[in-house]
Amino acid sequence: MEVAQTPLLDVTALEKQFPGVRALHNVDLTLNRGEVLAVVGENGAGKSTLMKILAGVHTPNAGTIRIEGREVRIQSVRDAQAHGIALIHQELNLAGNLDIAANIFLGIEPHTAGFIDSGQIHAKAAGHLKRVGLDFPTDTLVADLTIGHQQLVEIAKALSVDARIIIMDEPTSSLSQTESETLFKVVHDLRSQGISIIYISHRLGEVMVLADRVVVLRDGENAGELAREQISHNAMVKLMVGRDLSQFYQRNTTEPGSVVIEAENLRTPAHPRIGLSFSVREGEIVGIAGLVGAGRTELLETLFGVTPAVGGTLKIAGKVVHPKTPLEAIQFGIVLAPEDRKQHGLILEMSVRENASLPRLRMDQKAGAIDFGAEIEVATEMVKKMDIKTPGLEQVVQYLSGGNQQKVVLGKWLAMKPRLLLLDEPTRGIDVGSKQEIYRLMEELAAGGVAILFVSSEMEEVLGMADRALVMHEGVITGELARDQLSEEAVMQLATGNKAAA
Amino acid sequence: MNKNILGILGLFIFIFGFTALSNENFLSAYNLQNLLKWSSLYAIMGIGVAFVIITGGIDLSIGSVIGLVASLMALMVKSAWDPLVAVLVLIGLSLGIGLVHGLLVTKMKLQPFVVTLCGLLFYRGISRWATDNQSMGYGDTATLNSLFSGKLAIGSFGLPAPFFFLVVVAVLAAIFLNRTIWGRYLLALGNNEKGARYSGIGTDRLKITAYVICSFLAGLSGLLFAYELDSVQPAQTGEFYELYAIAAAVLGGCSLRGGQGTILGVIIAAAVIRLLRNSINLLGISTHLEYAIIGMVILCGVSTDEIIKRVVAKRRAAK
Ligand SMILES: Nc1ncnc2c1ncn2[C@@H]1O[C@H](COP(=O)(O)OP(=O)(O)OP(=O)(O)O)[C@@H](O)[C@H]1O
Ligand SMILES: [Mg+2]
Repeated sequence: MEVAQTPLLDVTALEKQFPGVRALHNVDLTLNRGEVLAVVGENGAGKSTLMKILAGVHTPNAGTIRIEGREVRIQSVRDAQAHGIALIHQELNLAGNLDIAANIFLGIEPHTAGFIDSGQIHAKAAGHLKRVGLDFPTDTLVADLTIGHQQLVEIAKALSVDARIIIMDEPTSSLSQTESETLFKVVHDLRSQGISIIYISHRLGEVMVLADRVVVLRDGENAGELAREQISHNAMVKLMVGRDLSQFYQRNTTEPGSVVIEAENLRTPAHPRIGLSFSVREGEIVGIAGLVGAGRTELLETLFGVTPAVGGTLKIAGKVVHPKTPLEAIQFGIVLAPEDRKQHGLILEMSVRENASLPRLRMDQKAGAIDFGAEIEVATEMVKKMDIKTPGLEQVVQYLSGGNQQKVVLGKWLAMKPRLLLLDEPTRGIDVGSKQEIYRLMEELAAGGVAILFVSSEMEEVLGMADRALVMHEGVITGELARDQLSEEAVMQLATGNKAAA
Repeated sequence: MNKNILGILGLFIFIFGFTALSNENFLSAYNLQNLLKWSSLYAIMGIGVAFVIITGGIDLSIGSVIGLVASLMALMVKSAWDPLVAVLVLIGLSLGIGLVHGLLVTKMKLQPFVVTLCGLLFYRGISRWATDNQSMGYGDTATLNSLFSGKLAIGSFGLPAPFFFLVVVAVLAAIFLNRTIWGRYLLALGNNEKGARYSGIGTDRLKITAYVICSFLAGLSGLLFAYELDSVQPAQTGEFYELYAIAAAVLGGCSLRGGQGTILGVIIAAAVIRLLRNSINLLGISTHLEYAIIGMVILCGVSTDEIIKRVVAKRRAAK
């Protein structure tokens, strides 16, 4: 390693300007061979933009990129590949209808006169799969793999083009605990094979486990750097937000009010034979913990009328209701901030204003006519209250960073003054600063009498925020834990289906 | 939004000016009146299909609905129906057709292309069967005259009836799309149907509405065509008109992916298409080339649009 003093990748004074937004300003970054470099920062700090520039998705306005000391120009994804840089997007880009081997070699199939050399593809693919520790036949359909395994296929794909630098943008945000651990192991293995990795994550715990060095971005600029021995949760947070974030979770439990929602033997279409019973009271924050696939999202979607219940009863404030569409649920005062905000939470091509007002339009209408004044008012207030970073109300939400998008989703529902707020993974992909704001918001809403039911795969979040937790396993509520019974062990026992232990 | 219209407006002015300079007959009252009449008819169809296209769907049955309405009108006139009743029944029929399309697309989850392709075949077949595939005329009925003729004279220039229908339709459509919550919902669902549903929008009902509007406007144009042509050929009347309507919508700025469209753009685009046919005639270009020219112009139009969009995006980025 000492032979080459020049870093593998050396970025200096990078600038990137989007319409109305300066995403990067004077950013420097170096990466050494066989190094795992974590890049952290708040939502909108410019992490993804920087990576997209390295991967040839965006071109910078100024600055230089050197690879092994030689200046290069990366104009396209192909250029990036030629320099050995591969970006694994947060949204996976695999073709589900093709098998693993076909995906790995998509676009670079070895062929003779246009006929694909299947034998070679499968043989080579098997080799790459082995390097990422995935042991499936290479003719398995990608659609049949879990998200975690699909991610490993993406990495294998990067290896197939001889990537020397693999960039992972929030790779664990939709992985289960065990899947994440597999990924960490693969990252370690790749590093020992001399491959350099840039790792972006909002989960600082992961960063501490994995990173050799941490680069922190804030508002599109370098905010600092931490060497291996300096890495700590607090040090990172301090650089990210420029202040101390003590008192992360502030749950001041108050005496809950009357019952807002009560489910009795409620049966969801996903698990039609299992009855679920629980209740949430005014001002109460109830967490639903469990492993990925435990049926938590399905439960929230049934409450919200997306997939109507197939049996059992649901009472809102004592009255039996049966929401069959989200529209009906909203009329009962139930709202949902969904897990997949891009697909379900937002209209990506529409502006902040239009997204903010969408559910409210109906209420502010005058004989069907949109009340444009009220619309602007609602949106302005939302941006202010939620502290959404956007160049203006007319910005298309697609161009907001993940955390700010989530704030738009929450904001549009809060404008509806709900009785029951359903949150599915409310802080997925959200930086620590915004996370704390969302927790503060939950706290505030609960204090105002809103009942909150939230699903979370982050143990800390459940332990920190829930007054009470329901734990689910394979569609069944395996247990209910009051705040004083809440502990990581108790939740894990129930989440893995171990009823007796609780 | 207005940037999208500029391109197509420029195209219109260019062809208009070019033809006017090359042939003095072009600006004659008779020719302009005709041009206005046919452009209006095309625009009414185009606005209808624009609503469906905005939801991300398509309606291929427009031409056949026109043929069906025109044929049945002739039959009804022949069997001495009260013309006003006949018109109301046919409008009702068009609404019903749209409703069926909408239900098949939303409740049965069939693809719009398939549903309306079957409609295209079905309504055409029924027209031919009901009329025994005979050309028919409408005779002379006072009510129809009062409903559909009414020309408003400005000097020697008479504004044709379809133009008035277009003005009413266009104003209502533009208000609906840009000023009402349903218009906003329509745009939202065209962009992201699931996202719209999760925001509490009754997406199925809106989609059905779009198909109903489309078939209604097709039926209305059917009546207007019948009146203008004064006779109907069950096998031909309205044939290919869906393609003109779709072309007008697309050239006018609707994206077939859904979620985008302006009424004014569609109207100008419909006028461009009619204007082209007119110019080809007047300029003495072989009429055999007509389709080829219209095809090329639409292709150039949408390409230019795409290029303008990219340039604008780049300029915005550079700022
Ligand atoms: N294509 C684009 N057009 C306009 N603005 C953009 C575009 N992409 C990103 N931005 C803006 O650039 C800034 C940086 O965004 P970026 O996505 O890089 O942030 P990030 O650090 O990855 O945030 P997150 O943690 O939320 O993913 C944000 O203000 C964002 O709104
Ligand atoms: Mg990002």
